[in-house]
Amino acid sequence: MKIAITSTGNSPESTLDQRFGRCSYFVVYDTESGATEFIPNPNKNAEDSAGSGSLQLLTSRKVSKIVSGEFGSKIKDTLDRMKIQLIVLRKPEKTISQIIELLDHAKNK
Amino acid sequence: MNYCSLSLQRTIDHLLMSPNFKRPRKILSPPPVKGFKPYGPDLGGENGEPVMLLFEEYEALRLCDYDMLNHHHASQEMGVSRPTFTRIYASVRQKIARAFVEGRQITVEGGKVYFDSGWYHCASCTCLFNNPEMEPEVTSCPLCGSKDVGTSDALPENAYIYPGSEDVCVCPACGMEIKHQPGRPCGQQICPSCNTRMKRKGKPGCRK
Ligand SMILES: [Zn+2]
Ligand SMILES: [Zn+2]
Repeated sequence: MKIAITSTGNSPESTLDQRFGRCSYFVVYDTESGATEFIPNPNKNAEDSAGSGSLQLLTSRKVSKIVSGEFGSKIKDTLDRMKIQLIVLRKPEKTISQIIELLDHAKNK
Repeated sequence: MNYCSLSLQRTIDHLLMSPNFKRPRKILSPPPVKGFKPYGPDLGGENGEPVMLLFEEYEALRLCDYDMLNHHHASQEMGVSRPTFTRIYASVRQKIARAFVEGRQITVEGGKVYFDSGWYHCASCTCLFNNPEMEPEVTSCPLCGSKDVGTSDALPENAYIYPGSEDVCVCPACGMEIKHQPGRPCGQQICPSCNTRMKRKGKPGCRK
């Protein structure tokens, strides 16, 4: 399963980016292989439709969960329809590696 | 007045007042009650067969007459074709009218419908999450695996701070929001997600 995490930078020590649409990087974590991919967000400075642009990017990677601090209002409806799980974590101090650790922990429970 | 009659009263109030009734759409899965019972001197509530509403009929009524979406948007919301929606909507109106006129109970039964999954909260890592797969039950947190999870009644309002939300076009069908472009009417904006014409957020006609 692939899980996207919004990141402020391109290293595992970067912290969770609280913005979904305009985050700096997306980390796509593959829970099967353990691989992480850092994708610079092309919508970072988009004037509009950053949310939908980012969503399209992630759906093209077959992501089934997204961890971020905030989502544009009502984007949940769209995500529900696409069967993507949204995980809202208001902890900007969490690093990507800490979040991946949590996810691994959850998977092995 | 028992709880059910109260609810019925509330529903009627909503039906009557809905054009001016503003409330953010509450995202919850099933209808709040299992049904409605009539009351009054000549009715035992046991009057004949109850009228059975399907969930999808309930949903159609809610979208049209409570959320005030037009048929086009409501059909998109439910993921059915426009003619199908019209049929479902006509059916629910007919059933409710029959229940009112004949003094029958209404039960909300089931049927095929996609439910919005609501929000869950994890007490351990404090995250909020939805359940789009509609698995029978949410038993653990998808982030930390804790079993200390429960439904979250309140929408995570603070999870919804949208940067620069003062001027935003919103899609009446799917809720997608994009920044408003000065000088360009929102009605000319096409939703990037579902290709519906967008509206200015907070303006009449956009009650979502
Ligand atoms: Zn948790
Ligand atoms: Zn839309």
